[in-house]
Amino acid sequence: MSDVLTATSVRKEFGGLLAVSDVDFTIPEGQVVSLIGPNGAGKTTFFNMLTGVYKPTAGTIVFAGKELAGRPPHAITELGIGRTFQNIRLFQHMTALENVLVGMHCRLKGGIVSSIVGTPRVRREEKFARARARELLAFSGLPGRDEQLARNLPYGDQRRLEVARALATEPTLLLLDEPTAGMNPQETAAFTDFVAMLRNEQKLTVLMIEHDMKVVMGISDRVTVLDHGEKIFEGTPQEVQRNERVIEAYLGRAATR
Amino acid sequence: MNERAGTLLARTPRRVRVLALSLALILLAVFYPNYVESLGDAAVIGDFIPSVGSMVVMIVFTMMAVGLNIVVGYAGLLDLGYVAFYAAGAYTSAWFASQQFEDVSFHFGAVGLRSDLPGIHLSVWLILLMAGFFTLAVGILIGLPTLRLRGDYLAIVTLGFGEIIPQFVRNADDLGGFDLTHGTFGISPIDSPGFGKTLNDVFGLPESYQQSFDRTKLFYLTALVLLLVTVFCSVRLRDSRLGRAWVAIREDETAAAAMGVPLMRTKTWSYALGAFFGGIAGAFYASFKSGAFPADFYFNISIFLLCMVILGGMGSVWGVLLGGMVLGYLNVEGLATIGTKMSSAGIDFDPTKYQFGIYGVIVVLMMLFRPTGLIPERRHKREMAEGAHDAGDE
Repeated sequence: MSDVLTATSVRKEFGGLLAVSDVDFTIPEGQVVSLIGPNGAGKTTFFNMLTGVYKPTAGTIVFAGKELAGRPPHAITELGIGRTFQNIRLFQHMTALENVLVGMHCRLKGGIVSSIVGTPRVRREEKFARARARELLAFSGLPGRDEQLARNLPYGDQRRLEVARALATEPTLLLLDEPTAGMNPQETAAFTDFVAMLRNEQKLTVLMIEHDMKVVMGISDRVTVLDHGEKIFEGTPQEVQRNERVIEAYLGRAATR
Repeated sequence: MNERAGTLLARTPRRVRVLALSLALILLAVFYPNYVESLGDAAVIGDFIPSVGSMVVMIVFTMMAVGLNIVVGYAGLLDLGYVAFYAAGAYTSAWFASQQFEDVSFHFGAVGLRSDLPGIHLSVWLILLMAGFFTLAVGILIGLPTLRLRGDYLAIVTLGFGEIIPQFVRNADDLGGFDLTHGTFGISPIDSPGFGKTLNDVFGLPESYQQSFDRTKLFYLTALVLLLVTVFCSVRLRDSRLGRAWVAIREDETAAAAMGVPLMRTKTWSYALGAFFGGIAGAFYASFKSGAFPADFYFNISIFLLCMVILGGMGSVWGVLLGGMVLGYLNVEGLATIGTKMSSAGIDFDPTKYQFGIYGVIVVLMMLFRPTGLIPERRHKREMAEGAHDAGDE
């Protein structure tokens, strides 16, 4: 099994603050990898480097044979990395359908003149895009929500819509930033199944930042633990649960004695 | 199948309604010159009916407002320098359809002129297109460096460009000895549009607007056609892939970029396309007034156009049309008429003196009582209708 993404000694400094320190990291194809660690461990910073929001201070990130560092976010999305946000960032005043359609932006071709004239190709493309968007919404557990404004959807559905929108970019690697934050236990369980389905049926590779250990241990093939910007452990969920450094990072030194 | 039939039913009436309303308005507008006089004779309202000539000005400014709406309304980029595009368009007309460049004599499709007249004289129809593309290029040039800024910073820089271009025009009468703009005097006269002798003979189309008895009416109808084309393009753009990307950027730039929307390119297009229509409107207006003068391109105009967009409803084409016509009317004729009425009623108050104060008050009142505009954009309307039940969340 090959790796879809390889990060080599990735480093990020903000002024004097070292947020991510020489992290080596790979994501094997077709697996769910979780990135965990206490608050401030550098998980989101690492995420933001993968998606082009930040440029690494040093190190390389290679995805599908291409170096990511220095590429703008939209170019990275085009290469096949889709993402969701820790704090939901939907297009609030757009409908669920429109949100998903924006996700398809880089896969559609309709140009300015052809859109104004309304050429058959553009019409066909738009029709196809709408059908596909409805499909994605239904697949993500939002059937019949097409015409609702994103901001009026219940919280859990907003999370799902974020995933639907990310799927619309046709990613090979999906990044989820704390996807179950704020969900109730039922919603969380349903979402966990949904991620498992993405991996098993859609053959997607998933990288997830998550705090809910039930989710992490439930679906991860591999767990990477960051603490103070450093990778302190990497292994299967079972191994992580037994590792002393991980327990120490989360609970303090006394817990391991 | 059933579901599809359902959505069709739900959708058709609205579409039909909009179509019917648009057609009715277009018809009313097309025949305006025919019934304006009888309207003018009507009691009470008669004096408030704008003349056909005023309508031309109103339509030209509305057209610019519709163009500005692409930038401010769709993409949410606050542009305080739109007047720059108006100037660029007007001077395109002035350069290519006047005697400004006396050293050359080049005629192509110009109508109603002696063929030995010095200067460049191209067909005004061609110039309208040229103005559009020239202004589009200016838009891209200004946009590329400035659109990296967000929010207030963008507004300040566009404000700067809106000031720089009129200043440049005023001072560009001696660029190393070359007179580009004729300085403060402006360039005048500018050729009139028309269809030339052949088309006049064959189809009875007017040879030259300027020499026709129906001059104002012809300009009016042409302005109307230009406005309709602008509105059509604007609506099509709004519903296109690009239009969605604009709204996405307006809603959340970071998320839009993460969804694969190239920020710079998309914003620059909104700026350039907004400029395109402003340029055409400016070129046409210059031809109508038969002159381009730097005094026309003050900062006020940018704000005035912005007021039209805000009053009508940012992002809403119908709204901007209404806002543009209302403010355009007040500016061209309405305030003066009201002033005359007031003074004949014995009140010593001249509203034209306070026009920008009055527009300011209108905008403030709108912000207080109807922030989404006279005719809000559809998504805002829906928000209010749908969002009523969970308003407590925020």
